[in-house]
Amino acid sequence: MTTRDARRKGVNIVMLGLCAACAFVTVSTLFVILGFLVYNGATSVNLNFFTKLPLPPGQDGGGMANAIIGSAQIVVVATLIGLPIGFFAGIYLAEYGGRTFAFVIRYVADLLNGIPSIVIGIVAWTIVVVPQHHFSAFAGSLALSLMLIPITARNTEQFLLEVPRSMREGSLALGANKWRTIASVIVPAARKGIMTGMILGVARISGEAAPLLFTSLNNQYFSTGLAEPTASLPVMIYLRATSPYDDWHRQAWAAGLVLLALVLLANIAARMVISRGASLPR
Amino acid sequence: MATSTAAIRPGTAIAPKRRFGGDEVAYLITLIFATSILLVTVLMVWQLWIHSSPAREKFGFSFLTSKLWNPVTDQFGAWPFMYGTVVTSLLALIIAVPLGVGAAIYLSELAPAKLSNSLTFLVELLAAVPSVIYGLLAIFTLVPLVRDYIAPAIQAVLGWTPLFSGNVIGYSYFTAGLVLATMTFPFIISVSREALMAVPREQREAALALGATQWESTFNAVLPFAKLGIFGSIFLALARALGETMAVTMVIGNDPTIHASLFAPGYTIASAIANEFTEATGDTFLSALVELGLVLFGLTIVINGVAQLLIVLTTKKGSAKA
Repeated sequence: MTTRDARRKGVNIVMLGLCAACAFVTVSTLFVILGFLVYNGATSVNLNFFTKLPLPPGQDGGGMANAIIGSAQIVVVATLIGLPIGFFAGIYLAEYGGRTFAFVIRYVADLLNGIPSIVIGIVAWTIVVVPQHHFSAFAGSLALSLMLIPITARNTEQFLLEVPRSMREGSLALGANKWRTIASVIVPAARKGIMTGMILGVARISGEAAPLLFTSLNNQYFSTGLAEPTASLPVMIYLRATSPYDDWHRQAWAAGLVLLALVLLANIAARMVISRGASLPR
Repeated sequence: MATSTAAIRPGTAIAPKRRFGGDEVAYLITLIFATSILLVTVLMVWQLWIHSSPAREKFGFSFLTSKLWNPVTDQFGAWPFMYGTVVTSLLALIIAVPLGVGAAIYLSELAPAKLSNSLTFLVELLAAVPSVIYGLLAIFTLVPLVRDYIAPAIQAVLGWTPLFSGNVIGYSYFTAGLVLATMTFPFIISVSREALMAVPREQREAALALGATQWESTFNAVLPFAKLGIFGSIFLALARALGETMAVTMVIGNDPTIHASLFAPGYTIASAIANEFTEATGDTFLSALVELGLVLFGLTIVINGVAQLLIVLTTKKGSAKA
């Protein structure tokens, strides 16, 4: 009896210890990633990196100014297309949706969310690049907005559903009609959560390289408009990292550090807002 | 007071004058945007279908089974890519599932609330790291690590099996699987953790009251309850792994032939599309790549569908919220 108990206790301790080890191993990868990026990239992040155009391998002092601005350009346009569509679709799902149709939309949105980003890139290519016969920043923005729409829609819906019933009823009882209730009571009440979801969504698409590979392609120089091929940070990291040149590798590390810093800061800021006030949908 | 106002103006309360517009317009606007999600998805399938038609007509079903991928002779078969995709994803799951579920158990059952919350926060940050960054790190750290240490160590013991034999250059199915594992466990952890947290308290308390150790209570009373949700998280991770592009493309070695050895270079569907699309010339080549996209699309839709179903089933059964 006692040996059996001892064995059970032993198993208990070993298994619980293993679980704890799993948790710490998985979480520590974040620090490994950060550590390597800072170690390899920090020295190459300087003023030139942010202000100069890329140079051919072998020449010192080049930067990625065009990729930084290009990324911003592509992401801003994608946000302008994706956020409103996702937001209003989210309102429909939470407030107006009937049983069957809302279910269909919800299901399709989840499907869209799960489609690999490279496939979305192909679709944007067929819709924009093929008819126009040239790569363009707009094609990239379209691809990213297709990823942003379902994320925003499902997020907005979740946070709207979190708003207590009593608030809706209070507003309706005061004589406001439904859209007035939504616009001035429900959406403001869910404001923090919706904003957080939007920031997280935009952060997610700004790190995507796969849908941009054959839509916005790349550019050695600043692009002058949405109709031109445009450099972006994620694509630049991919091209530089897979090149055979050492000084291009350094540029890849620097770009990686800048991109990760931006994405993580956006995430941390968004999640801080949420932990202070609005409740996470569970 | 309230009754007297109602008595004075009975009509207004029961049938207010209808202001035309407002509600209907708002309803229509949101309906249009919601419908656009449906239309966009239908459009995506349509575009993939149309633009893959030259390849579909030329190769038919043999596209899926042919091992030959030769742009020069215009012969295309998806089998090596499908093989690479499945092998790397399974490898990733073999590594990521125990790690992820173990970590989820620790976070939901064992860790003090504060520690659990901050670790979960870090896991969520990990899920936000862009794919291309994993690829960047993998090229410069994991590839040499596999080439110089991991592969020789494994080959010293298991080198006689075809699975681990052959030359090692670092770019391989194995390396891609390792990267995919690190990219998928954040999803396994956060979804499994929620499934575990949806298990009612009584389940644990009853087991502990019967004299079970904490592990026995977790293993026999909590895990079975959250089983479906954990499977759901695994399918979700599988769907992510199948479609993952950048990190895999950077370390798999890009070789469109099938090798038995995990240490040999290979190719996946997503990385073939990423690598060859801008270099593809000719309608057949391009449409073959689009058809690869269609195959990947179908694959992830099926896997994701199963995942959603499993997750919905557990959260319905597990949590009080309908």
